[in-house]
Amino acid sequence: MEIVTEKGKECIVVSVKGKIDAVTSPDFEKGLADLIEKGEMILLLNFTSLEYISSAGLRSILAIAKTLKAKNGKMLFAGLRGPVKEVFKISGFESLFKIFETTEEALKSL
Amino acid sequence: MSKITLPARIENLRRLVQFVSGCARHQGYSESRTNEIELAAEEALVNICRYAYPGGEGDIALRCRRSGRDRIIIEIEDSGIPFDPLSASEPDLRPDIARRAAGGLGIFLIRKMVNEVHYRRDVNKNILTFIVSPERRPLDARKEHARSTQGRKSA
Repeated sequence: MEIVTEKGKECIVVSVKGKIDAVTSPDFEKGLADLIEKGEMILLLNFTSLEYISSAGLRSILAIAKTLKAKNGKMLFAGLRGPVKEVFKISGFESLFKIFETTEEALKSL
Repeated sequence: MSKITLPARIENLRRLVQFVSGCARHQGYSESRTNEIELAAEEALVNICRYAYPGGEGDIALRCRRSGRDRIIIEIEDSGIPFDPLSASEPDLRPDIARRAAGGLGIFLIRKMVNEVHYRRDVNKNILTFIVSPERRPLDARKEHARSTQGRKSA
C-alpha cells in the first residue's frame, strides 16, 4: 500500500494505492490520524488505485470518521471501483459517506 | 487436493490468502470472483490469527479441492479455542458514523462472498468450510436463476 497526499485549498486529497488489508490497515489508519493531528479537517480519499479493502480497512475508516466527526470535520471518497465499490455497498458504507465518481466532482462539492 | 500449513500469524496472512486465490485462479475463476474469495479467506484467517490461540501459538491449515464441475471447497482449520464464527450476531449497518459500532463486518463479508459457509468442531479443531462457485450468488439462487433464464428462453 502507498499513500500520497496533496494539499488542496479546502481539503487534503489522500490517494491510496494497492491493498488495505489486515496487514496494511494500521499504517493506513496512522497516516490519516497524523493528518488530523496536523489540523486537517476534510479528508478526500481518492481510491482510484485501490484494488482491495477488507473489514480491517473498513474498521480503520470508521475509526477515523468518528474522530473527524467529533471535531466537526469530514471524510469524502472518490474513484471507488470494482471490489472496493462492492465492499462499500455491501457493508453500508455508501450511506455513511459522500462518495463521488472522481476527485474533481468531490472537490466541486466543497 | 492442495494444502498448506503455517503458524497463525498476521505476517503469514498474505501467503495463506495467496494460496486460496491460487486455487481459484487454477480453476479458471475470474479475477473479480478470485478477489471476493480472497476477501472471505482474509476475514476468516485474520480471526484465527487474532483470537484462536490466546497467549500461545498454533497453526492454520488450509485445504482446497475441486468439487463437481466448477465448485471449490476450501477448509480452514485451527486447533485453537472452540469458536464458531457463524454464531456472531449481525453487524451494525446503521447509517450513522457516530453511533455505528465497528465490529462484526468480517463474518458478514464472508457470508456475502462465498456461496456456502459451514462450521464444525472436530475433536480439538475448528473447521470452517467455504463452498464457492464461479459466481457469487447462493447456490440455490443459482438454480433458481438457471430455471428463470430457461423460462425466459422458452417464453
